[in-house]
Amino acid sequence: MLYLYDGALDVPTILADWYAEEATSNYGAYIPFVGTVRSEDGIDGLSFDIYEPILNSWFASWQEKAKQQGAVIKMAHSRGDVLLHESSYIAAVFSPKRRVALEFIDAFVEDFKASAPIWKYDLKDAKRIYALERSTAIQGSGLLAK
Amino acid sequence: MVRVEFLGPIQKDALELEITNLNELAAILQADESLHEWLKNSAVALNDTLVSSLEGALKDGDKISLLPPVCGG
Repeated sequence: MLYLYDGALDVPTILADWYAEEATSNYGAYIPFVGTVRSEDGIDGLSFDIYEPILNSWFASWQEKAKQQGAVIKMAHSRGDVLLHESSYIAAVFSPKRRVALEFIDAFVEDFKASAPIWKYDLKDAKRIYALERSTAIQGSGLLAK
Repeated sequence: MVRVEFLGPIQKDALELEITNLNELAAILQADESLHEWLKNSAVALNDTLVSSLEGALKDGDKISLLPPVCGG
């Protein structure tokens, strides 16, 4: 279950909806991770571009991994601008047991950072500035270079 | 015709090229000075699947995407 929204995420509603969706699914653990925009380096917020076709296939591969462990993964992400102290990202794992969910959310969020086709920009002085230094080249990058 | 799309922060319009493999694409893009740094740090997808080599033939209607470094969350 992958959900994309224009602008900031309504965190309380999304977390409550996900909880309700799985309330009677017999999962013993629900572990959400919420990413919130912090004030640093004078930014006014962040902005995001998403390439959905590859994001969808990347997410489907993680959904399959979750299924093999009897777990479910859900993710929500913003498109466009998200201001300070608003949230742009939620990932959550439901699993029968706590240990699987804790390890899974860690591995999922790490790979999300390294592989999900989402581009981040700082909003500063009414400009949208690509956050190159904080970005990670996808594995196998540089194929077309000399 | 093969369509080439530049995603995220690469400020470049899509190209429509008569090419038959990724080596030809590499040569064309390497000649574009504005893409020099992007080629070094971008991944390549063919029809929305990431590729790990330049081998293999392209066919009419294929879509190639360049994906620069990512940072979701």
